[in-house]
Amino acid sequence: MSARGETILWLAQRASAAVLALCVMVHLVTIVFAVQGGLSAAEILGRTRGSVVGLVFYATFVIAAAVHAPIGLRATLGEWLGWRGASRDVALVLFAIGLAVLGLRAVAGVFGGAA
Amino acid sequence: MEVLRVKVWRGAEQGAFQSFEVPRQASQTVLDVITHIQRHLDASLAYRFACRVGMCGSCAMTVNGVARWTCRTHVDTVVKDGALEVAPLGQLPVIRDLVTDMAPFFDKWARARGRFRGTRSRHDEFARIAPQDADRRQADAGIECIGCGVCYASCDLVAWNPDYLGPAALNRAWTLVCDARDGAQAERLSAVGGDAGCHACHTQMGCSERCPKKISPTAGIAGLKRALARAVLKGAL
Repeated sequence: MSARGETILWLAQRASAAVLALCVMVHLVTIVFAVQGGLSAAEILGRTRGSVVGLVFYATFVIAAAVHAPIGLRATLGEWLGWRGASRDVALVLFAIGLAVLGLRAVAGVFGGAA
Repeated sequence: MEVLRVKVWRGAEQGAFQSFEVPRQASQTVLDVITHIQRHLDASLAYRFACRVGMCGSCAMTVNGVARWTCRTHVDTVVKDGALEVAPLGQLPVIRDLVTDMAPFFDKWARARGRFRGTRSRHDEFARIAPQDADRRQADAGIECIGCGVCYASCDLVAWNPDYLGPAALNRAWTLVCDARDGAQAERLSAVGGDAGCHACHTQMGCSERCPKKISPTAGIAGLKRALARAVLKGAL
């Protein structure tokens, strides 16, 4: 990949790491508070469904993860398996799309719908 | 008389360690040990050195598994149970015994555009760059590299990606990126990015840990990443 392309990936990974660091902290603190009110599926969904703030926050979390993970995996595949070139990048784009679709589907399931 | 048991690599890529017994001396360096073997025990041993005082960078070898200058390494500091194991510098082709082919190492300096390209002629004024200039101070921090290859041999990334330019070539490029007189900046930044360039570095700092000159190529590589990011964001790359 060109120096420009590699630099854009590096910037994307740094930026997504910053977002993830914040999201993980908020997520962990939220869990600590959430478990105090009981932990059945119905109770959790009762609190989350219809929450726009939750929907936006976790959608951001999922997109940051879908950007961050494939870029890190790209280096690992190159160094450990010697898999480089266009085929690796195509596979990782598909992996990123898969992460985003599955993650956003889960977010929609937990936060979508009426309260 | 105290005796040091020394295993020395013999052969090229294929070969084996040969054992020698060398008299122990006060303040003895690993290079003294190798020289004793070559002069008194086996004249066919091939090794490389020149200055003996840490200036030329030609005597780097792997001593008890760690890349070091042999001339500035006292036996006292590395000996284990009265024994030493000396092998050629890692990550480079072995020519014979303790001599490696440094060509791949220096080819990468050329690939990283490690050559200064001036923009003035002899008819122009000298460039005036103050000693406290921030870029100059960053260049000064990396400029004392003598090209011994210890950092290159200590870098895991070189093992994982043989095309990786390596810490020494990237450090050299960084000193030139910080040089206001140089006229090949865009070309150099393009050369040090890419799959085999500065972005491959994982900041494990093996190079900085082992550099006998206490240079931090890791800091230079981080500087290159910042310089590339600025160039891309400004649309200059």
